[in-house]
Amino acid sequence: MITMNEVWKTYPNGVMAINGIDVDISKGEFVYVVGPSGAGKSTFIKMMYREEKPTRGDIIIDGKNLAKVKERHIPYIRRNMGVIFQDFKLLPGLTVYENVAFAMEVIEESKSNIRRRVMNVLEVVHLKNKARFYPHELSGGEQQRVAIARAIVNSPAVLIADEPTGNLDPDTSWEIMHILEEINDRGTTVVMATHNKEIVNTLRKRVIAIESGRIARDEARGEYGYER
Amino acid sequence: MKGRTLGRHVKEGGKNLIRNGWMTFASVSAVTVMLLVVGTFLLIIMNVNHFANSLEDDVEVRVFIDFAASGDNQDELYSELDQIPGVASIEFVPKEEGLDSLISSLGEQGAIFETLRDENPLNDVFVVQAEDPQDTADLASEIEEMVHVESVEYGKDIFDNLFAATNFVRMIGLALILALMFTAMFLIANTIKLTIIARKREIQIMKLVGATNGFIRWPFFVEGLLLGVLGAIIPISLLAYGYTSFYGSIGTDTGIDFFTFLEPNPLTMQMAILLGSIGAFVGIWGSMMSVRKFLKV
Repeated sequence: MITMNEVWKTYPNGVMAINGIDVDISKGEFVYVVGPSGAGKSTFIKMMYREEKPTRGDIIIDGKNLAKVKERHIPYIRRNMGVIFQDFKLLPGLTVYENVAFAMEVIEESKSNIRRRVMNVLEVVHLKNKARFYPHELSGGEQQRVAIARAIVNSPAVLIADEPTGNLDPDTSWEIMHILEEINDRGTTVVMATHNKEIVNTLRKRVIAIESGRIARDEARGEYGYER
Repeated sequence: MKGRTLGRHVKEGGKNLIRNGWMTFASVSAVTVMLLVVGTFLLIIMNVNHFANSLEDDVEVRVFIDFAASGDNQDELYSELDQIPGVASIEFVPKEEGLDSLISSLGEQGAIFETLRDENPLNDVFVVQAEDPQDTADLASEIEEMVHVESVEYGKDIFDNLFAATNFVRMIGLALILALMFTAMFLIANTIKLTIIARKREIQIMKLVGATNGFIRWPFFVEGLLLGVLGAIIPISLLAYGYTSFYGSIGTDTGIDFFTFLEPNPLTMQMAILLGSIGAFVGIWGSMMSVRKFLKV
């Protein structure tokens, strides 16, 4: 599903964020990406949804090489992956329903398809009864669930999560994790960067630890391995 | 692009106008002021043009025919003149007619020349008009080279000064209009840029969920178009109304007999179309310019 070959990333300001990474993630896997701040975790994640382009090496997702894909084809690559963030990135002027529908409007889906799919995913994240609410009327956990609904509404093959529980209290974090697990159970590959020791150590999955731009550890059912 | 997507873009563009209330107001005002000045200049330039054209139409070459030329020679010359490209009309003025008009133009004193009836010292003349008055000088020198032509006359000084003056006015007007258009474009680009900074997040999210640049650009295109067209409404109605009432009061009665102002009927319509298109162009261009760099997310 996701293959990285000898990937390097040096930023224009000289910072060497990723220094030769090889990784293989199969379809349907659930992977935690852990590591200290500034170790290259964020760059690693950003390269997966082609927010950053590798300086060297290949990143192949679903048969397409992100390192070589043309600028104007990036939108089509992104349609096959969902991304969620620590700060949710919802549009404040749109309702829950509209925020989720937005991702489908962009790919020019029909109104009836949009209606059906959006109500469907809102059910998955248990927000069907709040479809008409605006983001500011929701709790943090609810907002993240809207973001998840938006990320999966186009049935992507991969869900990329950049510290999805970073802004949430423990109970809410677990709520989010159960939803992510459920999505993973339905066959979506999930890659999640996190600082949450408790989650990683409790809900055991494959752990990739990144330190100084290299893979320091890659274990199935691994541990968080850092103090915090 | 699918039809409903276009509908969405138009709706989004319109919504953005309302959402950015004050910025919209600022952009529309900038376009309004710009188009008011541009429109005023446009009306002035078109009238100056009209004035210049009616003067230019009076520019003609008088071809004095050699005394020695026979009637056949004159016919030859006529057909030769007729073959020169760019000649609009040729009029033959026999020397008797020339004398008549000389005598009548001199009034009382003209009577003296009556004695010349038998010994007419004037030449027969062809009066030639060029299709494009600006070619008159070239035409005159070409004709001067021909046989049976004694001399030509076309009021060289007046002619040169006239063209220099009308061209000058046209150039200045055009330069002013262009300068104003650019100023307005940058004003719009800047105001829209301010609203885009607020929408940067929105654009970023659109890109994350897989929107193409074209898809993101469309609402901005619509917004720019609307800004420009909205900005054109006040100048068009104000100038059309103003010019019509101006024309109504002194339009035909200018005090110069060969000059009248242009009639409001086609003129204000042309102006409306032109100002509308300038407004739309400026709005779209300004909007596209400001969105460009935000697309590189």
